[in-house]
Amino acid sequence: MIRPELICPAGTPAALKSAVDSGADCVYVGFRDETNARNFPGLNFSRKELEEGIAYAHARGAKVLVAINTFPRAGHPQLWQAAVDDSARLGADAVILADIGLIDYAARTHPELRLHLSVQAAASNPQAIAFYAERFGVKRVVLPRVLTVPEIAAINRAVAPVETEVFVFGGLCVMAEGRCALSSYATGQSPNMNGVCSPASHVRYVESGRGITSQLAGFTINQFGLNEPAGYPTLCKGRFNAAGKTSYLFEEPTSLNTLAMLPDLINAGVAAFKIEGRQRGRAYVAAVVQAFRQSVDAVMAGRPLPDINLDSITEGGRQTTGAYEKAWR
Amino acid sequence: MTKHDPLSPVRLTLGPVLFNWRPEKLRDFYFRMADEADVDSVCVGEVVCSKRTPFFAPFVAEVVDRLHAAGKEVVLSSLALIMTEREAAQARELAQMDGVLVEANDVSVASMMAGRPFVAGPLLNIYNEGTLAYLRDLGAVRACLPAELPGPVIGTLAKTGGVEIEVQCFGRLPLAISARCYHARSRNLAKDGCQYVCAEDPDGMDVDTLDDEAFLAVNGTQTMSYHYLGLLAELGALRGLGVNRFRLWPHNVDMVAVAGLLRSVADGLVEPEDAALRLSELCPKAEFANGYFHGREGHRLIEADA
Repeated sequence: MIRPELICPAGTPAALKSAVDSGADCVYVGFRDETNARNFPGLNFSRKELEEGIAYAHARGAKVLVAINTFPRAGHPQLWQAAVDDSARLGADAVILADIGLIDYAARTHPELRLHLSVQAAASNPQAIAFYAERFGVKRVVLPRVLTVPEIAAINRAVAPVETEVFVFGGLCVMAEGRCALSSYATGQSPNMNGVCSPASHVRYVESGRGITSQLAGFTINQFGLNEPAGYPTLCKGRFNAAGKTSYLFEEPTSLNTLAMLPDLINAGVAAFKIEGRQRGRAYVAAVVQAFRQSVDAVMAGRPLPDINLDSITEGGRQTTGAYEKAWR
Repeated sequence: MTKHDPLSPVRLTLGPVLFNWRPEKLRDFYFRMADEADVDSVCVGEVVCSKRTPFFAPFVAEVVDRLHAAGKEVVLSSLALIMTEREAAQARELAQMDGVLVEANDVSVASMMAGRPFVAGPLLNIYNEGTLAYLRDLGAVRACLPAELPGPVIGTLAKTGGVEIEVQCFGRLPLAISARCYHARSRNLAKDGCQYVCAEDPDGMDVDTLDDEAFLAVNGTQTMSYHYLGLLAELGALRGLGVNRFRLWPHNVDMVAVAGLLRSVADGLVEPEDAALRLSELCPKAEFANGYFHGREGHRLIEADA
């Protein structure tokens, strides 16, 4: 049985320390620009902060991975290439990339740098994974959140020794990641090109006598009663009218939580468990990392899973195991 | 029908039918395209959902033959999202076919085609010249670019060289693909027992906001734009950028007329404003957009400068 690494998010140096102190095996971060898929105001790392973060993590036996997982703008690859160069120079343990051209650059320029394939590349089958592994030496692939546990197990059998990493907690994409332009269709800003989805700059909450309407770029995404908390209008988690009824057509506002199925994912041969949420504060990071640290350690020691309730920090208090169970489809 | 200059370098591609049309209807559609449509290339194949593939499979050979006999280049398009061994096997079978170009809509298919000519499909992530050059060196002779790219990016990619650039210019835009079927979900069905309800919407299922604003469309596991892309005034600018091949997504309208109209505009024989009126007549239910080309929200319709 592989002992999966716990890969934890850090949007700030404080969150990085919190993740490391809470038992993260690896922390993943991004630079403060459009090279990463959490390009939010007030988030992410300067070069100096990354250097300090790597020193802090390495001194405590943890690794730091740098996500450079948007798609370089045509004619302007320098910003993305510099992010790869600086990650290598500062001693990052791996970079997490999505774009074929950038992966090619990294493999040629920094043959010693460990490459992970971002979920944004949506490599959903053994042949796609082999493409990145054989041509560029990619060592680990973060799987898109479209696969069932048996499908993940089959992929692991087919691609070993290439490692796979799966999301175990946090915000849930319902579309194949990196293959979704819904945000840019509504707002002009997309995950692939701008590192944002349903960006806060385009969000409005409109109050009326009957309640609150949440809008994204002028499109109504959801409506809430006067006494209901108004959720963030992530496009694919809204309510829409289709086929004569109103529903959460794509997905409810919900968070992925796989605590209860960790043994299955470990048995499926997954090498690393990833927690989503670089936009989250350090208290959130600490709570989730501790929960998963205890749970992974329990499974590996042959003990029963601890009973940990993360309701208070999930979206709308609702949880799902997402695509890992076939009925989700 | 408007005749185009036979020396025109403009090439039109009829993209694969993304919707779940009855197999006989689909066969007849392709027969008519073979016989009547002024397009150079025709894509055949299921892109969205592998559950649909078996139904049209018995008709593929005769459709390909008819298109070839009519002098069309035939492109066989792959699935966009390949997750199961059965889907991978379908893709391998596709990659081994002779006499047709394969359009890769997943990296795995591009990988299978390595060293042989193929088309890099619009559902591959080609955002920059580095990726385009890599795929070209792998064997891509043509690349149909993703929907959300703005004009200047298209221009940069068109200068890469050694690979023909194709740009989507008509039809609902494929915006996202998922493992989950929203058509089934809209009927409280599971994907496994979907009853193929996606077939009830030959142009996709409209998705409106809570205040009934038209927004998106659902086609099984695919999410599309509500608006139809309609690049007409932009065709001249695109040709100035070095793009001479344009893709039309098939809809449940007179695609022979749509293709003829697009050809006439691309050839400069019909004014874009006149063509826009005619296109609206041909697609009475459609609202048009062109925002992505102009670097704006995809749903926007940006009026051409006088």
